[in-house]
Amino acid sequence: MSRTTGTTRTQDETLSDHTISILVNNHPGVLSKLTSLITRRGFNIDSISAGPAKDADMYRLTIIVKGDDRGVEQIQKQLYKIVDTVKVSPINPANKVEREIGLIKLRATNGDRQEIIQLVSVFKAEIIDSGPGSFVVEIVGTSDRVDSFIAMFAPQKIIEVARTGIVAMNGCDKKQAR
Amino acid sequence: MNGARILIESLLCEGVDTVFAYTGGAVISIFDELHGTGDRIRLVMPRHEQAGTHAADGYARSTGKPGVVIVTSGPGATNTITGIATAYMDSVPLVVITGQVPLAKIGTDAFQEADILGITLPITKANFLVRKASELAETVKKAFLLATTGRPGPVLIDLPGNVQREEAEFSYPESIELKGYRPTVDGHPKQIQTAIHLLSQSARPLIMAGGGVLRSGAGKLVEDLADSLGIPVVCTLMGHGVTPEREELRFGPIGMHGSLYGNYAIQNADLILALGVRFSDRITGNPDEFAPQARIVHVDIDPAEIGKNVRADLPIVGSVSSVVQGLLKAALSLDTSAWLRDLTGFRMEHPLDPVRLDDSGQISPQWLVATAGRIFPDNTILATDVGQNQMWSAQFFGFPRGRTLLTSGGLGTMGFGLPAAIGAAVGTDPWGSNKNPPRPVLMISGDGGFQMNLQELATIRRYRLPVKMLVMDNAYLGMVRQWQELLYESRYSGTIMDDNPSFAALAEVMGIPGRTIRHPDEVEAALKELAACEGPMLVHAHVAGSANVLPMVPVGKALGQAVERIS
Repeated sequence: MSRTTGTTRTQDETLSDHTISILVNNHPGVLSKLTSLITRRGFNIDSISAGPAKDADMYRLTIIVKGDDRGVEQIQKQLYKIVDTVKVSPINPANKVEREIGLIKLRATNGDRQEIIQLVSVFKAEIIDSGPGSFVVEIVGTSDRVDSFIAMFAPQKIIEVARTGIVAMNGCDKKQAR
Repeated sequence: MNGARILIESLLCEGVDTVFAYTGGAVISIFDELHGTGDRIRLVMPRHEQAGTHAADGYARSTGKPGVVIVTSGPGATNTITGIATAYMDSVPLVVITGQVPLAKIGTDAFQEADILGITLPITKANFLVRKASELAETVKKAFLLATTGRPGPVLIDLPGNVQREEAEFSYPESIELKGYRPTVDGHPKQIQTAIHLLSQSARPLIMAGGGVLRSGAGKLVEDLADSLGIPVVCTLMGHGVTPEREELRFGPIGMHGSLYGNYAIQNADLILALGVRFSDRITGNPDEFAPQARIVHVDIDPAEIGKNVRADLPIVGSVSSVVQGLLKAALSLDTSAWLRDLTGFRMEHPLDPVRLDDSGQISPQWLVATAGRIFPDNTILATDVGQNQMWSAQFFGFPRGRTLLTSGGLGTMGFGLPAAIGAAVGTDPWGSNKNPPRPVLMISGDGGFQMNLQELATIRRYRLPVKMLVMDNAYLGMVRQWQELLYESRYSGTIMDDNPSFAALAEVMGIPGRTIRHPDEVEAALKELAACEGPMLVHAHVAGSANVLPMVPVGKALGQAVERIS
C-alpha cells in the first residue's frame, strides 16, 4: 500500500456536549495519557477536572467533550483501552448533578463596591477576599450559573477569572426503595 | 542482585530466549549481564535499532512469541519509533526496553536523554518508567502480560541507568492483577447463539478473515468452520494465510487491490462473518457502500474496533478462537452450493491473472512473484516490503495451507521486509538446536524499500541466516509512480530511481551470493537456485517499470467499482 493517502474523520454536524466521568489509577502520567488520547482521536475537551476518588489510590476525572453519539461512544471505548482506566461512566443528562466553582477578581473602587455587594448577595455568591481596589468573589453552581454571574460585569471591571471546570455525577435514584 | 540482572532473570522467567538488542551508554550494565547468560539468551545485534525492532516484530509474527528489543537511551530509543508504530498498527506483541539517563538527570536535557515515554504514548499499548530496582520484576511481568493478552501490542519499559545498577531482592511474581484490565476473551454465549441463528438463515454467507484470526492462533479453527459449512473465505492483507482445505472456498485478497471476485463476494454476501478485522479504509473502499446486502457479525477482542469504521449488526467481543469454537459446536448445515456456483462463475470470468508478460520483453513483476510462489515450498514464510511488491505478493504469491505472510499492513512501513525476514529466520532457529527442519524464509522487496534498511545484509552475514532475498527493481517508487500516472498526468516527481546500485554486488561485498537477472528466460533458474541454496542469497531482478497494481478501487469508490486496466 502506498504511503500517499490518508483520510480525516468527518465530523458530524449534530454535535452536543457529553459529560463523562472516568475513574483511573493514580499513576504518574495518567492524566496526559487520557487527554492526549482524546485529542488524537479528533475530539476537543471543553472542560476537565480531576481529584482524588473514594479510594485514595484512584482519581476521578470529569470531562466534557463535544461530539455526536457514535463518536462519544467510540471515545469511551478508547478510554477503556488505557490500562490505568478502571471505569468510564457517561453522565445521563436527565439525571445529572454538576457543580463548578468560579473565582472572579473584580475592580472595586468606591463607586462600585455597593453594587458588587448587592449582586453577590442576589447570586448567593461570596466575597472571599478584598483590598482597597478589588474583591475576589467565589461563585458555586452549574456552569450556566457561573457564566451568568460573570456576564453581570463589564469586561473592564473584571481583572481575572479562574474556574475549576465541572465536576459531575449521576444523581440519586429517585425510585422508592421497597 | 542489581537491576540489570533482575531484568535478565525476569526475561528468563518469561521464557525469553532471544533478544534483538543494540548497545549504548545507557544499557552497558544490561549488556554486561547478557554476556553472563551464556547461551540461555541469544543476542541478535542488528545494524540499526529500527531494523532491530522490525526484526523482533517479524520474529513475533512468525513464532507467536513476544519479540524483545533492548536499546540505549536517546537516539537508540527514538530509532525504534517506526518499528514500534508498525507493531502497534498490526497488533504485534513486543516488549521494548530502553535505557534512560539516571533518574536524577531526567528533565535536565542530559546527554542522550529523550522523553521516550511521552514520544511512544500514542503507539504503545502501555509504557512504564521504572523508578526502583525493587519494582522492576513486577513491571516486566506487567509488560509481558499486556503485550501478549487481549489485543496484543508493543509495551515499552524505560529503565534509568541508576536503577540498572541499584541492588534489590529478586522475586518474580507468579501472577499479577491489573485493576481495570480485563480483556473479554470468551464471546457472550447469547451473541454466539444469535450468530448461529443468522448463519442458519443465510444463503450467501462469507467469512472475512483478518489479522485477529492469526494473532489468536485460530487459523485452523476458521479453516475448519469454512470447510465444514461450505462458507467461502476472503482475507484482508493481515489475514493472508487463512486458507480452507477446499479450494473452491478460497476467494483471496479483498480491498483496494483485491481480486474482482473477492470484492464481488463481499458486495453480494448476505451475511459476513468478520473475524478479527478492523475494516481499514484500504479494505472497505467507501464504507457507506461496503457490503450493502450483508448483515455483519463482527468478532473482535477489542471492543473499540466494533462500530469504529463500519456498522456491525451483531457485535461479539471476544477472541476469534473462542468465538469460532462456539460456532463449531452448533449442529449446523448450510446449503451454499448456489452461492458457490455464482462466485465460481464470476471468478472464471474475472480471474486474477499473473501471466501478463510485458510487451517490452522485460520481466513482468506479477509473473515473477507468481513464479516464486510456485517454486518455494508450501511452508514458506514470506516477508514483503510496502508498495507494489506487497500488493503483488498478496495477489500472486499464493497462500496454500501453511504459508505465512509478514507485512506491514497498517502503518505501511517501507524498509520492513528485510529486517522482518531476519527476525523470522532467527525464529526458525537455523543454528541446529531446532529438531524440526526450519521453514524457508523469503523476502520480496522493491528497490525503494530494500534500500531503507539494506545495512542489515551485514546482520544476515554475521549470523549466517538463510534469508532468501528477491529484490524487484523497477527503477521507480512504483506505487506512488502508479498514482502519479493515474492522478497526476504522469509527472513523476520524486519517484524515479534509475540510478540504483547493483544489489547483487552489494550482497557480494557483504559476503552473500548475489545474482542479477534482466530477462524472463533467467527467472526460473535464478529462483530455483534461490530456493535451493543453503544459506542466504540475493536475486536482483530488473522488472518492467511500467507495471501497475490492478485491479484498483479508486479512493472513495465502492468495492464494486474497481478499475481493471489503465488506458
